[in-house]
Amino acid sequence: MRAQPVEAITRGMSVTTTDSRSAQTAQDRPEASPPPEQDAGQLQAARKRAHRRRSSKNWSLFLLFAGPNILLILAFIYYPLAMNLYFSSLDWRLGAPRAEPVGFANYQRFFTSPSGLEVWRVTGIFTAGAVLGSMILGLLIALVLNKKIPGRTFARTAIFSPYVLSGVGVALVWMFIFDPQRGALMFILDRFGIDSPQWFLDPDANLLMVIVVYVWKNLGYCAVVFLAGLQSIPRDLIESATIDRAGPIRRFFSVVLPLLTPTVFFLLVTNIIFSMTNAFDILRVMTPTGNGTNTIIFEIYLQSFGQFNRAGYSAAIAVVLFFTLFIITAVQLRFVERKVHYQ
Amino acid sequence: MLTGYLPILIALLIIVLPLVWMVSSSFKPVNEIVTLTPQLLPQEVTTANYATVDRRIPLMTVLQNSLIVTSVGSIIKVLLAITTAYALVYIRVPGANLIFLGILVALMVPPEVSMLPNFMTIEALGGRNTLWGIILPGLGTAFGTFLLRQHFKSLPKELFEAAELDGAGHFRKLFQIAVPVSLPAISTVSLVTIVNEWNSFLWPLIITDTRDRMTLPVALNQLRSVEDQVSSYGILMAGAVLVIVPMLIIFAMLQRYIVSGLTQGAVK
Repeated sequence: MRAQPVEAITRGMSVTTTDSRSAQTAQDRPEASPPPEQDAGQLQAARKRAHRRRSSKNWSLFLLFAGPNILLILAFIYYPLAMNLYFSSLDWRLGAPRAEPVGFANYQRFFTSPSGLEVWRVTGIFTAGAVLGSMILGLLIALVLNKKIPGRTFARTAIFSPYVLSGVGVALVWMFIFDPQRGALMFILDRFGIDSPQWFLDPDANLLMVIVVYVWKNLGYCAVVFLAGLQSIPRDLIESATIDRAGPIRRFFSVVLPLLTPTVFFLLVTNIIFSMTNAFDILRVMTPTGNGTNTIIFEIYLQSFGQFNRAGYSAAIAVVLFFTLFIITAVQLRFVERKVHYQ
Repeated sequence: MLTGYLPILIALLIIVLPLVWMVSSSFKPVNEIVTLTPQLLPQEVTTANYATVDRRIPLMTVLQNSLIVTSVGSIIKVLLAITTAYALVYIRVPGANLIFLGILVALMVPPEVSMLPNFMTIEALGGRNTLWGIILPGLGTAFGTFLLRQHFKSLPKELFEAAELDGAGHFRKLFQIAVPVSLPAISTVSLVTIVNEWNSFLWPLIITDTRDRMTLPVALNQLRSVEDQVSSYGILMAGAVLVIVPMLIIFAMLQRYIVSGLTQGAVK
């Protein structure tokens, strides 16, 4: 469960550019006026010295305030990124004293071996199912919650709540529900004369199961974001469409949905990233060894801390995941700059 | 009227029923768990499942670990976020924007990516199976810094003018002016951090393997591998209640802050 890194970076970038521009003009100003006399030149040199003194005093204050955090981020986020690059070039088992350099063999394996391709297939299905499931259900719920009815705030809160709950706890609850022998779902399916699938044995059923649980946990987030998007649509636009005798379905597709495009796009990108990075708890608890549920993050864990201890291979997958997320973020940046809505 | 309520009711049931089922099953005796005619509410209420959880995992120790990790981790993270955000906004140094960009990129790196090298680092420092080993790697905070920086930037400059005339330094400006007027934003960051720390699973799972050093989610994962019979579900539900209900209570009381923090960027 993380905040929206993508949007964060976009906003940060725009803020950054304006910031540096204003800082530049402020610095340029004293140099822009040429010193007419020797005195003025000396004055300026003194001013520069004072500026330098102030700036070095600022630096020590800045480091006092921000230094610890920057150091921690360097040590536990940036240094690991660099180390992963190095580890990924090794044939190395976790705990083993020796490692063989193997160049790009780990990457080659991840992109060409059957088990590597299986990870891509599972990640693709999980991401598609998790993202589409939570966005479609989230939108439906948001449309319902957008009507002014009593109890709406309570409903919104309740539907959002699974998003803040422990993935481990949620996974335990749903294991009981899915249990083919005594699970609640088994009893419900039984009412309709359907035999419960072997949820914990069949790899495809496994994958479907974890997608359902992920969607249950995540749809409230989508609903709340969609609801905010819906509430920002001007009422008079919908009213004028109603006067033009557009039915509710027509109104949705020709007025509401186009105005919702930025929200849809935002949720699409954040959900793709979330589904790749946030599902670990559910996957690890419901399918401990990854039977049909080896998404890319789970595979990183299983390869280094599962039974194989293939640390080099795991690092290579981690590098691939990082660049995948980087590319998704970059694509989003481009689109956001173009401002995706068609009004 | 009914058409408006019915879809909400269905959605609410889908969200709420599994949680009700969890609480109810945690108080059921074994025969009501393995029955072929299950009831929504326990016919005979028992706390035996909680007692079993306590026997299988050192519950009080594990709870204490989780509380320490959550509180110490959150306090340090929030403090770091406040001071870093303040420095980025109010202490002018060249290259500050570049540093901010570096913090933003860090926001994008998921914990799974840095897990293996961090494991090597903490193991080398002797931090396996220690509480500081669980807390340390997560302390660098990009999320809180980002959120509070946005907030500090929106504060009017006039707020600080009187203090500046008095010759107040940055420490006084931060703790006597910026922090008191930013309490809602700081609460948001704190609550989101608390929720994340309490639920955190991947890193504690990797860095601990002795029971009295585990946090609650890790211990529950172990409970699951020990209690793998159909008859054990009551015990597992008791475990789930212990990790889920505290967050449900906090969320119910302070949902406004938590929702706004978690949907930051999308909802203004």
